[in-house]
Formats: sequence, structure tokens, C-alpha cells
Amino acid sequence: MPELPFPLPTVQQVIFSMIAVLTVLGALVVVLAPNLFHSALGLVAAFFGAAGVYIIAEAEFIGVSQVLIYVGAISTLITFAIMLTRGMMFGATSPRNRQWGTAAIITSLTFLVLVGIVSSVPWPAVGEPISQGHEIIAGLGRAFVNEYVVPFLLLAMLLLVALAGAIVLARDYK
Amino acid sequence: MNWSDALIQLQYDLGAPQELSWLVEGVTYFIGAFILANAALILALLLIWITRKVISRIQDRIGPNRIGPYGLFQTVADALKLLSKEDITPASADKISYLLAPVLSVVGVLMALAVIPFGPALIGADLNVAVLYLVALGSLGIMAALMAGWGSNNKYALLAGFRVVAQLLSYEIPMVLAMLAPVLLVGSMSMQRISEAQSLYLGPINLGIGWFIFLLPGAFLIYLIAALAEAEQTPFDLLEAESELIAGFHIEYSGMKFAMFFLAQFLNSFFLGAIAVVLFLGGWQGPFAAQIPLLGPIYFLAKTFLVYIVIQWIKGTFPRVRIDQMMQFAWKVLVPLALALITAQMIIMKLPLPIWINYALLLAANIAVVVAVLNILGSYFEREQVRSKRAFAPRSLIGTMQPVQSSSGD
Repeated sequence: MPELPFPLPTVQQVIFSMIAVLTVLGALVVVLAPNLFHSALGLVAAFFGAAGVYIIAEAEFIGVSQVLIYVGAISTLITFAIMLTRGMMFGATSPRNRQWGTAAIITSLTFLVLVGIVSSVPWPAVGEPISQGHEIIAGLGRAFVNEYVVPFLLLAMLLLVALAGAIVLARDYK
Repeated sequence: MNWSDALIQLQYDLGAPQELSWLVEGVTYFIGAFILANAALILALLLIWITRKVISRIQDRIGPNRIGPYGLFQTVADALKLLSKEDITPASADKISYLLAPVLSVVGVLMALAVIPFGPALIGADLNVAVLYLVALGSLGIMAALMAGWGSNNKYALLAGFRVVAQLLSYEIPMVLAMLAPVLLVGSMSMQRISEAQSLYLGPINLGIGWFIFLLPGAFLIYLIAALAEAEQTPFDLLEAESELIAGFHIEYSGMKFAMFFLAQFLNSFFLGAIAVVLFLGGWQGPFAAQIPLLGPIYFLAKTFLVYIVIQWIKGTFPRVRIDQMMQFAWKVLVPLALALITAQMIIMKLPLPIWINYALLLAANIAVVVAVLNILGSYFEREQVRSKRAFAPRSLIGTMQPVQSSSGD
């Protein structure tokens, strides 16, 4: 093979770049699209991109859970909420409101902080090999019911309270 | 030896350089994905033919019998007709979601192929989260229904989209709970491990009939009902109620775009049957499947086609249910039943008993829980019936088929 002036990217790098582009484009659509439904679709694309990053990092469980919860449940909920509350079949809505300047400043500051943290931490170039197979999920399950049982139950309780509260709020008082 | 290892070895034997191993692997997985995806699309032709033949026989007809042997190529002719139809996009449709929705629905269904084990060494990717992956794929179908319903810019399509999403979301819960039963028993979510666990050794010989349906008939029943709803098959096929509900979210689609939804629906019912086979009917297990590797895929496909024919049999015999009956059935019957089954199973599996007694208890508990819960719910619904009848009785008799009575008391 002829010598290239730069090292050939690995397959993972190429796939990661594609997923990163998808995620960023999706996120841009979320904030810039004049149509709220398109924003929701962009959000779905961004969620898919995040799931792809998890899968590249060999965290299949989190990746699949991301699709299941964020795409399957939360995006559907958001879409339902948009469709039921806005008469947005016709015309475009502005993606900006009075607070867009403040929001831009806060998000760019957060971005700078994140970039600072990510670039200052000495990430290991080659990570520890993760225990393969179903051990990793079995370990996660065991941790949930042994070591972290109290936070796990508290979270479950929180979800239950939210669910019951939603039913109480939506109930039709006669 | 796995199929991918064999294919990689073949390429090296043919002279592929070792330093291009990433390319060799890429070519291997591309070939696998290409064959699977295209085989699935050709399979759809066969599935539609089976549906038409089975339903024809149930309705005392012969069915397609003109084109090709036994009318096998009738679907090819229909596909050509659909291809040549005018491809309409409504002027006020939202182009992006309108055009993307049919593709997304087919993609979501085809991706299930990646984790289905056709044989001991024939599986696309033996993911350790395969069952969860299959559940997550359902969300693609939900997004496709929403996009199609909204993108068509048609109020009937939008309403039908809502209806379908409510149906899919509701039946996902009992389906996931039913899928949890074999996963709990095996202790793994890998499809290959679940298939391997359903062996039955008689001495050194693997009879391959230790199927989980013999231990968990209740869970299988719940899965099958929920799968019918997930695949939008009768009795939950509101999408085909043209005269009552103006079909569904695909009302504005024509030609090949409509055919995509059609294709996704047929393939989905086949794949949900395949998942039922892996989880409850032993996958590729069968007598002598370990000795003769070729028998594995044959057993698997035979079982899957059998489940598919049962689904079509149901399609030919059951009436269609209303959306409110459907939702009540999911939330008030299937979810409590599935929760009771899972609870009973978890308690029994923790009992310190010999494994055979455990299995016998599991079967007994499955039958007992199904009978008990259905009895309790049945007596509840018997009391409930009067009220719901009153709720759905028309305010006025105008437009109904009932003769008008003297309206003195109204």
C-alpha cells in the first residue's frame, strides 16, 4: 500500500464520526427548526446518535436502554404533547423567544466548562477490558438489588409518585 | 464454528491479506446483512401467499391459483402493479416525515433479523441484550406511525396514528413482562443462550424438547396475544378497518409507499412469531439437531411458519375489537395477569428445592395463576358489563338499526 501522509482512521473512528455528525445535526435541528414537530424528530435523531456512541463504547445495555426509554417513551410523549397542545399543523413557529440570548450564553458557558473538563482529564488510551458476555448485565442487576437497593427503591418510588400524581391531576372531578 | 468465522477463513484462504482484516470483517458482515435483508424481502412474498391461501381455505375458497404453481407468483404480479401505480404525495404533506415514515417502519422490522438465531452457529450478532434490543426496536415502529400520521396532514391519519401508538405502547408492557419469564429462567438475555437452555437430555442424547412453553404456558399465551396486537393482526387490526375507521395512518399513501407499510406488517408478524419460537418453543432445538447441524434451521423455520399459520388462522376466525375494548383488555386483564405470573415465578425460583420439583411447581403455578386471575377479573367484568353498556348506548335511536319505541320516558 502507498504511504499516506496521515494515519489511516480506524473503523471505529469512521463510525464514530458519522454518529457524531448525526447527533450534532439532530441537536441543531432541535434548536433551529421552525417547525416544532421537526424539532422533536431532530431530538429522536440526537438520541439515536447518543445510543450509537454508547454502543461503540461497548456499553450495549445502556445504548439499547437509551433507545427504549428516550426514543420509545420520552420522544413519543413529547410528540404527543406537541400534537395535542398546539395548533401546529399550519404555518411555522419561531424557534426563538425572548430568552434566547440568555440561553445561548448559559449553554456556551456549559460547553466551555465541559470542553475544559474533557481535555484536562488524562483519559487512558486503552481502557480496562470490560467483562464480556452476560456477566456485565448480571453484575448490574446484582448491584441494583444489593449495594444500591435504597437509591433504586427511591427512584422507583419517585416514578410511582409522579405516575399517581399525573392520574390525580388528570382526573375528571364531578 | 460460527458462520462469520467460516466466511472470514474462506476469504483468507482465497488470498485476502492479513493486514486488511478490518476490510475482510466488513465484507463478511456486509454479505451476512445483505443476504438476510434480501431473503426477508423475498420471504414477504411467500408470507402474503400463505396468508391468502389460509384465509381462502377458511372462507371455503381456493385462493390465488392462476400465476405460477399454486398461485405462488400472484404476489409478484401484485407487487409489479403496486410499483407501476402513481406515487402521490399530498400537496400539504410534511415532506420529510411523510417520505421517511415508510422507510423507518421497514427498517425497524428488518433490524430484528440481526439477533434471531436460525441455528446453533447461524446468528447475525449474539448480543447479550438481545431481548431488550428487540423491545427497543418497537419504538421505531411507533415513531414511524406518528410520522406517517402527522406528515400526511390528514386528520383521520393523525387520529389513526394516535390510536396505533396507544395500542403499541399498551401492549408493549404485557409483552415485555411475558418475555421476562424465559429470561428469568435462563438468567440471560442472549437469544442463543435462551435457545441452548431449552434442551432436554435423556442420558447423553439431547432430545431438544425442553421448551419453555411446557413450563410457562401462561407467559406464552400473554406473549402471543400481545404480539398479535404489536403486529396489528386480527383481532387487533384496526389498520384494516377501511369502512369503519378509514383504515389507518397510511390512508394518504399509495403505490410502493403503501406497500412498505404492508410489508413491514407482514414481516413483523413473522418475526414476532420467530421470537415466540426462540423464547418459548425451543428455537432451533429438536431431536438430533445437535448431531445434524442442518436440522437446526429447518426446525426453526418449520416452527416459525407454524406460528405464522396459527396467526393467520386467528385472522380468519376472530372478529375485530373496538379500541376501548382493546385498551381495557391490555391494562385490566393482560398487565395484572403478567404481573401475577412474574411474581409467582420469582417466588418459586427462589425456593430451595430440587430443580425438577421447581419446574413442576412453575407449571402448576402458571396454570393456577392464569385460572385464578381470569376468574377474579371475569367476575369483576360481569358486574362491570351493565355500566359500560349504558355508557356506550346511543343517546338517540336515530341512525341505529333498532326500531323506535315510544319515547315517553326520555
